[in-house]
Amino acid sequence: KMFSDTAFVRDESQEDITTEHSVSHSQITRLYSRFTSLDKGENGTLSREDFQRIPELAINPLGDRIINAFFPEGEDQVNFRGFMRTLAHFRPIEDNEKSKDQNGPEPLNSRSNKLHFAFRLYDLDKDDKISRDELLQVLRMMVGVNISDEQLGSIADRTIQEADQDGDSAISFAEFVKVLEKVDVEQKMSIRFLH
Amino acid sequence: MRQVSGVALLLGLMALPAALGQRSSESPKYSNQSFAIVSFKWDHVKEPYIIALWILVASLAKIVFHLSHKVTRVVPESALLIVLGLFLGGIVWAADHIASFSLTPTVFFFYLLPPIVLDAGYFMPNRLFFGNLGSILLYAVIGTVWNAATTGLSLYGVYLTGIMGQLHSGLLDFLLFGSLIAAVDPVAVLAVFEEVHVNEVLFIIVFGESLLNDAVTVVLYNVFDSFVAIGAANVTGIECLKGIVSFFVVSLGGTLVGIFFAFLLSLVSRFTKHVRIIEPGFVFIISYLSYLTAEMLSLSAILAITFCGICCQKYVKANISEQSSTTVRYTMKMMASGAETIIFMFLGISAVDPDIWTWNTAFILLTLVFISVYRVIGVIIQTWILNRYRTVQLEIIDQVVMSYGGLRGAVAFALVALLDKDKVKDRNLFVSTTIIVVFFTVIFQGLTIKPLVQWLKVKKTEHREPKLNEKLHGRAFDHILSAIEDISGQIGHHYLRDKWSNFDRKFLRKILMRRSAQKSRDQILNVFHELNLKDAISYVAEGERRGSLAFIRSPSTDNTVNVDFSTPLPGTVESSVSYLLREKAGPVCLDMQALEQRRKSIRDTEDTLAHHTLQQYLYKPRQERNSSVIPNGNIPSENPVQDFTLKEKDLEFSESEENNDYETLHLGKGVNFLANVTKQNFTDTPAGDMDHDVEMTEYSSSDDQLNQNGNVSVNPLHFFPSCLQMPWTQNYSSLENRGNISLSAVSEYIASCDPNVPDLFWESGTDMNNKETVNSGYCSEVSFKSENSQEENTLLMFEGLEDSYIKEPQEKKMLLDIEGNYRSAAARRVQSRRSFHRPKPLHHPKLQKLASLPASCHVPPHSLEQEETQL
Repeated sequence: KMFSDTAFVRDESQEDITTEHSVSHSQITRLYSRFTSLDKGENGTLSREDFQRIPELAINPLGDRIINAFFPEGEDQVNFRGFMRTLAHFRPIEDNEKSKDQNGPEPLNSRSNKLHFAFRLYDLDKDDKISRDELLQVLRMMVGVNISDEQLGSIADRTIQEADQDGDSAISFAEFVKVLEKVDVEQKMSIRFLH
Repeated sequence: MRQVSGVALLLGLMALPAALGQRSSESPKYSNQSFAIVSFKWDHVKEPYIIALWILVASLAKIVFHLSHKVTRVVPESALLIVLGLFLGGIVWAADHIASFSLTPTVFFFYLLPPIVLDAGYFMPNRLFFGNLGSILLYAVIGTVWNAATTGLSLYGVYLTGIMGQLHSGLLDFLLFGSLIAAVDPVAVLAVFEEVHVNEVLFIIVFGESLLNDAVTVVLYNVFDSFVAIGAANVTGIECLKGIVSFFVVSLGGTLVGIFFAFLLSLVSRFTKHVRIIEPGFVFIISYLSYLTAEMLSLSAILAITFCGICCQKYVKANISEQSSTTVRYTMKMMASGAETIIFMFLGISAVDPDIWTWNTAFILLTLVFISVYRVIGVIIQTWILNRYRTVQLEIIDQVVMSYGGLRGAVAFALVALLDKDKVKDRNLFVSTTIIVVFFTVIFQGLTIKPLVQWLKVKKTEHREPKLNEKLHGRAFDHILSAIEDISGQIGHHYLRDKWSNFDRKFLRKILMRRSAQKSRDQILNVFHELNLKDAISYVAEGERRGSLAFIRSPSTDNTVNVDFSTPLPGTVESSVSYLLREKAGPVCLDMQALEQRRKSIRDTEDTLAHHTLQQYLYKPRQERNSSVIPNGNIPSENPVQDFTLKEKDLEFSESEENNDYETLHLGKGVNFLANVTKQNFTDTPAGDMDHDVEMTEYSSSDDQLNQNGNVSVNPLHFFPSCLQMPWTQNYSSLENRGNISLSAVSEYIASCDPNVPDLFWESGTDMNNKETVNSGYCSEVSFKSENSQEENTLLMFEGLEDSYIKEPQEKKMLLDIEGNYRSAAARRVQSRRSFHRPKPLHHPKLQKLASLPASCHVPPHSLEQEETQL
């Protein structure tokens, strides 16, 4: 009985996800097997501990932030659908998607959504602004321990100053988009999921 | 590989000993005659003289080409040089009727090719290169084999139909020819593409292919050359298998040799701290050794030197001093550019030789057709395969440019010149065809690729200022993507790069980098540092624009007040010493060790000053600013000093690890400097101004005009709004050609007003006697007669400030004492202006440094070439 349940869930969700994120069947199958291999509790959902078991993620300076991004507000379990929803941000933008009609909901892998994903990693308190302290935290994680706090502080200040347009000493999402307008985000925030 | 036949060398440097020997054998004859005061010894200098003359002609030709913008904008330089070579060759032939000059394989492979390839490797944008390595390898290996096989087979097929008439070649000869004509040439590609500025992905793919296909070319060439030698009948399956094995040996072996020498070079550069003068030499010698070693082991020499450059660049750039880095950069660019110039000119000259010409219209035309058609087909097929795996798709337009950019060049010519006429009967035909193909691709395709790129609207590179945000968030993107790859359980680029950078951080850096360099080599930090430097320069430029450079050129009215201070103050000494050293002492002083020592100490103090200035004046974190403002005019006594020295250590980009006396010096300076600053804040600023920033008070106390501006803005960056909005690019040419705020403008300005500076300083700081000494042979006297009492004072200043702090404590006390006891307002004003002088010497070295800022990936490897003087 157990077996048929999972198989059923799997089939149904896979169909949906395939259409929802326009990923191929083989990609879904591969990612689903990855999902189940991560799922040590074997309850169809992943917990933070499941993610933290990935050895490379443990040494990734932004690892915890990225893990958090997989979990919806206030929850500590994520199912395969949610898992795929987050991963779908990183799908490359296909040629035929560029000319898609503007009316439909914006696909998760749009430039704006990719940027928003990155933005949320900084914005801990979810006030839609990257404050100096928030930036400083990320800087400390990424730049490392060799640099004094004071120096990190001036880098953070300078970074904010560079992006800040309305003078509130914080980076709003609009400012974040603006300051990265020349960056090829579509390429730098995309990976090609294996088949 | 490439066993060099004993062709008569024009440029062969080996001829020099022969010439010398000739002279010595002739000398007894002369000994009988009376002593000649002047003798004409042409034979004695002939060889190097002719070499030098040719180089001069080629270089002059480059100047001439660039006199006219119209010509160089349309016609690539390589094409012009070939035409010039044809012209010069024609003249020489008309005069002599012997074609004595040609591009010989020895000279090409041993002397002209290595600098070009080393330059390409050393300035290779590594991230881009390794990000596209898969595509590059496919094009380089499969593409080249495809080109060679199809061209050779098709030509042979057509030959069988009889259109070409009777040739003495079999299938193997055609394949040999196919293999040497198949490879895209790095020199030609660089020469043409650097003027086209296509986007970096496209550039790296075409250029990377041209570099890495060397191994394939070498193997194919050697295999078919030996097959031709042993005869078609004796070629067995085992021989073919050997050929395939030798491909892996040659390519991987060459790469490994390169990596080994890169490791060696990085390791050596870690310990060159005390021999800064020869530091750049190591880069060239060790890289060249990697080339020769690979050649000796008959591995791919081009791969060896390319990978040597690619692998060592990070560590070497971190280890060697800023000056050495600039030297390496310019020397490398100069040699590469020079070699390229000579290659193209001699390609032209070599063509003027009736002996090598054998015309066969069908063969030549068909070769041209086949190499073009098969290149296109090959690119389309391979791109189709690649696009299934690439994140960044290669579009149709890119494929057109890639097909069209398949230029053949000097490598093919040198290889065909190496063929043995006894073994390959149709050598002359092959040589003629190769020359035609090279000329066609370089001249015709080189000429038309620019309009084509414009017409197709190929995405081009754009140079823009580096933004801290882009660097920072780009880093975040990298981490995000590698995390996503980890989570989705696939091994991709980001995963591998992460693994590599962890390995690099844990092991390689610890072995190959100086300890100080390990700390400061963070890219975000570097960008931050660069931006601060730019602010510093904008600051000068802005001052210049407003016509208020009082801080550089002291108004003469103040001279009377300056007499009050007979003791030289650190700031003034610094400026004058630095200036004099740079301008006068350098060329005169022959004691390299002494010069080096002095330069080093001055550089260190300059760096220190630069950091002080940058930190104190140009950028100050908002939060910090509030705390560093002196509340109610109280002088913060202990804490800020601590703070300051701490900052000092952290900011120290030059190495201070092994030098404790430098630390002391910095500490001393820190104290002194801070004493100065706080003093001014205390004394010079009216109570109402106290809530302004430190830097604002500093400016306002020194210059009235700036004062008004300073009061307006609290934000230190808005202090120079127009400058900061000026787009600063890393492109050298744009840096130098930018109008008002350009580097050249600034440096020119400084150059124009500097002569006054030392005088003023000397007047203010020392008595007239010393000034006299300075003006008359300053360097030699000071460096060699230090026991002279009069010089003592000068020497003291000359040797840098450490002495004044370390050796003479009472001197230090006196300095602090003076600063602590200002009485008159005039004295205070002068003092404040003095301290304003202090950052001054940084303009010189820092401007130079800016010119040598780490070239970001956006600068294509060869782009320094575009930095020709625009007349």
